[in-house]
Amino acid sequence: MAQREISMSKPAVGEAGATGQWRNKRPVMDAALCLAAKAGRVTCQFCWVYCPDGCIAQGAGPVIDLTYCKGCGICAEECPADAIQMVPEALHGACELAEGEEVG
Amino acid sequence: MAPETSVMTGNEAAATAARLARVQVIAAYPITPQSPVVEQLAAWVESGELPAEFVAVESEHSAMTVCIGAATVGARTFTATSANGLAYMFEQVWWAPGARLPIVMCIANRAMAAPWNVLNDQQDSMSVRDAGWVQLYCRNNQEILDTTVQAYLIAEKLHLPVMVCYDGFLLSHTMMPVSVPDAEQIDGFLPPFTDPWTIVDPGDPRNIGPVTLADPRNDTEGVAAPGYMEIRALHHRALLEALAVIPAVDSAYHDAVGRSWGGLVWEHLLEDADVVLVAAGSLAMQLTLTAEALREEGIKVGVLGIRAYRPFPIEALRERLVGRSVALVFDKALSYGYEGPICSDLRGCLLGVEGAPPVFGAVCGLGGRDVSLEQLADAARGAVADAAAGMRTRETDWINLHLEG
Amino acid sequence: MATKILDLPDASYVLPGNRSCAGCGIGIALRQVTAALEGRMVMTVPASCLTVLGGMFPISSVDVPWINVAFPSTAAAASGIAAGLRATGRAGEMTVLAMAGDGGTGDIGIQALSGAAERNEDFIYLCYDNEAYMNTGTQRSGLTPAGARTTTTWAGKRENPKDLPAIMEAHGIPYVASTSAAFPTDVYDKVAKARTIGGLRYIHMNTPCPSGWGFDPKDTIRLGKLAVDCGLVVLYEVVDGQFRLTGRSKMLGKTGRSLVPVADYIATQSRFRGMAPEAVEAVQAWVDSRWLRYVGRDGGACLL
Repeated sequence: MAQREISMSKPAVGEAGATGQWRNKRPVMDAALCLAAKAGRVTCQFCWVYCPDGCIAQGAGPVIDLTYCKGCGICAEECPADAIQMVPEALHGACELAEGEEVG
Repeated sequence: MAPETSVMTGNEAAATAARLARVQVIAAYPITPQSPVVEQLAAWVESGELPAEFVAVESEHSAMTVCIGAATVGARTFTATSANGLAYMFEQVWWAPGARLPIVMCIANRAMAAPWNVLNDQQDSMSVRDAGWVQLYCRNNQEILDTTVQAYLIAEKLHLPVMVCYDGFLLSHTMMPVSVPDAEQIDGFLPPFTDPWTIVDPGDPRNIGPVTLADPRNDTEGVAAPGYMEIRALHHRALLEALAVIPAVDSAYHDAVGRSWGGLVWEHLLEDADVVLVAAGSLAMQLTLTAEALREEGIKVGVLGIRAYRPFPIEALRERLVGRSVALVFDKALSYGYEGPICSDLRGCLLGVEGAPPVFGAVCGLGGRDVSLEQLADAARGAVADAAAGMRTRETDWINLHLEG
Repeated sequence: MATKILDLPDASYVLPGNRSCAGCGIGIALRQVTAALEGRMVMTVPASCLTVLGGMFPISSVDVPWINVAFPSTAAAASGIAAGLRATGRAGEMTVLAMAGDGGTGDIGIQALSGAAERNEDFIYLCYDNEAYMNTGTQRSGLTPAGARTTTTWAGKRENPKDLPAIMEAHGIPYVASTSAAFPTDVYDKVAKARTIGGLRYIHMNTPCPSGWGFDPKDTIRLGKLAVDCGLVVLYEVVDGQFRLTGRSKMLGKTGRSLVPVADYIATQSRFRGMAPEAVEAVQAWVDSRWLRYVGRDGGACLL
């Protein structure tokens, strides 16, 4: 252990672990309804801007990182096209998606 | 240019040392008897003699915080306070060493309220002895200047804050001749501070001082980082390392400037002494006269002055006390409900040591109460008689106390 | 010109998998705060929910420099950091951002903040106001609204919150703003503007808290917007003493559209459960008089 040691952290994702495990509902996006997906360009992006955790990548349509998504449901609530549904995790079983994997 | 000798107060000596150390950020809040230190620094910053940031904060809590913030980004910092000011910054007095920041703070020692009293004792700094600072006590104004300069080198070598303590009014407001070293002499002794442990760089971001768990925790690469207890153990080790660094810095200062102050402890007429009078600060200086007077009566008295109170110089004290017939500790502070802090620390460090003398305690000078050479001599004579009568321990003696019964 | 959502930079200084509660308003705003400063910043943060979001040693959840400090000391720490950066010739490398909660700002931190504001220290101070001591378990603060139940106001708080941005404005600092985490573009614009100004810049940010206020985490944005629509939260800025409403509040002021009744907002959160109708009316009267004053000031500024 370095004698110079002080309490000083380095940045990394997942400080609190795979916070996707906190979730009891998961956001499921319907590309047929998503405005960006339908337009085939980066438009709308409400879900991206309102995500407290930075778990949604901009895109056409946006991509939700289920490893870390805590399932707050803001994206579903704020989506102007109702393209995201919050589905109980019990219906999915354990979270089997890899980090960054797209849903829906 | 040869060093010039001026006549100055202890507060001016402290301010002069901060200027010679080329401090970069000064946090200032007034309190008697410290105020003239920051008044003098304010004048030098205003005139351009001292190119530093002068932050006139709204409280002592903020004074220490400004030093913490500035030291975290790598600046050399200075502040000074007394008594209630030190108590008001108590939270930050713990933060600075825990964060391993090399801040230097002068304390013009003053009595704690209530009731109000602006005069000298050492209750203020003694009350924060456990916070993890290096604490050095000065016996005169020259030592204040020299020790404050030395404090920066000690602080920056160990990444620990250093408190330079000197008696309010007795030293802070008393004029004495002080030899002021050249800037070149001090620049040779004290290089600029270039090695902060804290990293504040948007290109390499760090989160400094976050919540730290009881147990070690792995980083993202699986490497164990220390827990709170390891961080604290390393802090403690650094203080113990100061037992070697303080004398080494004092010696290096002698090489650069031609003066040294004994490192951890200093002594007067100690070599053949049977009776040892122990104290910190100007009181110990006064005791040298007591010792000289008692020697004229045929009592072999010497003085052991505590310069470093934290870390506590256990070995240096043991070496100098084994084989004596009695040690009498004069404290200008009290752990209420027990006894003087130096007294109990000293007794503790001698416990079980072969040939250690009995340690008696005396409390004096609280709230600026005068203590005369004759009263100190009486106390010493009493201790000699008690030790000769075979006493190994006794109640704390209160000197010059006027209570019935 | 107000920035639109699609014009916001795609920055990611707030890292996923952090320790904040689901639906926490702080993360939404902090993403824009850090983006507006392009990561060229150092934050200083007292004990607060934000400390928790920042993560435990040795991992940080935010990809910018961050200095933790003691609860009452945020503004003094920022003063020291700014002074230290100037003294070491690094002031141009980063903006100093002090960020604390309502208790850390308006209660225990107000002395250091007032001192720093009087000295016009060179940093941005952003108060995320989630209207109680949330990190310690929802105790009332000086910024908890009247009627709100907390763990130290079981029958509902009796007093209105103190008007912290007004207190800061009274210091005569160059920039004061009121914003809401539910309006990320407003947050972004105000921090971006503050970045270009020297001296002490104060931004007060209403920050909905699902667990402390008692609402479903999905409603963070909806309720934050509702607070603005009923005039409990007003978006504005004061630049060198010039007041103007911004964003949604500006639209509400301009069109003269009537505000949503406060009762509608109160009904959405369990912290207001059982609030007496007279108490709701008192809050409504308080909101109405404040709103008239804001609109008047906005008009007054336009008349000049």
